[in-house]
Amino acid sequence: MGTESMSAGAKVTAKDFRLYYGDFLALKGLNVDFPDKSITAIIGPSGCGKSTFLRSINRMNDLIEGVRVAGEIVYQGTNIYDPSVDLMWLRSRVGMVFQRPVAFPLSIYDNVACAPRVQGVRKRSELDEIVERSLRGVGLWDDVKDDLKKSALGLSLGNQQKLCIARAISTNPDVILLDEPASALDPIATLVLEDLMWKLREDYCLVIVTHNMQQAARASDYTVFMLGGEVVETGPTRQVFTNPRDPRTERYITGKLV
Amino acid sequence: MAPSSGTDGAYGPGALKRPKRSPGRFGMALVQGCAVLTVAVLVFIIGYVMVKGARVMTPGFLLGSPEKMGREGGIFPSIVGTVSLTLASVIIAAPLGIGTAVFLTEYTQEGLFSRIVRFGTESLAGIPSIIFGLFGFLFFVIRLGMGWSILSGSLTLAAMMLPTIVRTSEEALRSVPDVYKETAYALGASRWQTVASVVLPTAMPGIVTGVILAMGRAVGETAAVIFTAGSSLRLPKSIFDPVRTLPVHFYILAREGISIENAYGTAAVLLSAVLLVDFAAYYILHRISKKRPVARR
Repeated sequence: MGTESMSAGAKVTAKDFRLYYGDFLALKGLNVDFPDKSITAIIGPSGCGKSTFLRSINRMNDLIEGVRVAGEIVYQGTNIYDPSVDLMWLRSRVGMVFQRPVAFPLSIYDNVACAPRVQGVRKRSELDEIVERSLRGVGLWDDVKDDLKKSALGLSLGNQQKLCIARAISTNPDVILLDEPASALDPIATLVLEDLMWKLREDYCLVIVTHNMQQAARASDYTVFMLGGEVVETGPTRQVFTNPRDPRTERYITGKLV
Repeated sequence: MAPSSGTDGAYGPGALKRPKRSPGRFGMALVQGCAVLTVAVLVFIIGYVMVKGARVMTPGFLLGSPEKMGREGGIFPSIVGTVSLTLASVIIAAPLGIGTAVFLTEYTQEGLFSRIVRFGTESLAGIPSIIFGLFGFLFFVIRLGMGWSILSGSLTLAAMMLPTIVRTSEEALRSVPDVYKETAYALGASRWQTVASVVLPTAMPGIVTGVILAMGRAVGETAAVIFTAGSSLRLPKSIFDPVRTLPVHFYILAREGISIENAYGTAAVLLSAVLLVDFAAYYILHRISKKRPVARR
């Protein structure tokens, strides 16, 4: 039943998706729908493959040697692992935010502008507009509009992470992948970030990997529970957390390690 | 010593007493002495040259032309020669060296070819400068018919600067966190875009340091330059003209006993220039890498 409600308006769909590190089968045939305009949390213990799965959605695993995949991840009707897919296009449409805020040691302006520049935007006025729109999108504009030329490393970690999200949305993606985005942040900054996620949810398909169960419960519409490279359970977050179908899910969310 | 402190009783008298002569203190004195001596050598050299040369260093000396082989007059042509030679060699060596470093760090796996390239650059570093001079003379000056000129000299100096630039740039590039590159790739950047827009700007302070270090070496180089750039006292009009750089001028003045006084003046100018470049580099670096805090509400 949960699966049915998720397939409506799926933005990204994994179909029997498998991933090997050399001979090791890390993802064992995953079938998951990521619905549009909602937040899907992937939870599970360390080493369960949740980050690997997330990084498969914009093919970041391509950078690792010895990685092979089978099955499909379908985005906008095409399998993103099809040889005809333009990697640059995919990654500009499927943005990613990392565990630690990766603000480049450049100015705040250049940190955001580097993404559209990579896409070939050169006109100053156009860049200005993208930078302002992106920073407004994450609620950072009013804080930094007078300091755009200053180094981004002077920002607090929470604001650096917002800046990274601003950079990720500057290329006009419709999917944003967040890999434990709050793990380097203090509790207040974490809540601010979650607020931002709720706001972004109106326009984007968000997928967040987290090992913080409260965060998954608080800040997601759907939850995917993974264990040992397999998906154990998927469904609306409320249902997964209050009435899990699988006993392993229940053991995990109640803190009894599986 | 603190034999009368309250803790004594608990451990029995004298239990905590230090040996009379602590080996730690001896070691401390030894390394401190080394440090003081090192600084003293530097201060002495700079002080000696500056004091000896200060009397000669007048505006007329800096901006005048040499007369009577340098016994009288100034050193303006040599200043111009040194600056143009150094700049020309940086313009040649920096792109080449940085390009090599980018190739080694970003575009190749550790393999036979990269080992050959690295071994080659390291070997270059070990070659005495006089050999560079000889090579430059035979190849650039004679074989390619460039004559004694800024061009020949700067090509030779560029070859000497390469190892320093390659090595320091490589180090700076390797110190760029992998996660920066990952982030750039995640934004849809190609490898070249990643290098150009993220890796190089991040590594820039380190690269600039390396280039300036190499420049410092080039400014003071004598043996390689005297063979390739010549020792003309005239003001150069183009890169095809010969020049006499400050160290060469100094060498000739002192070696031929023309004017020890002017030799010290030249040395003082050279030393001031090098120190100025070093301070400027330090200042620029400091400004680039300084994390400027942003005013927040």
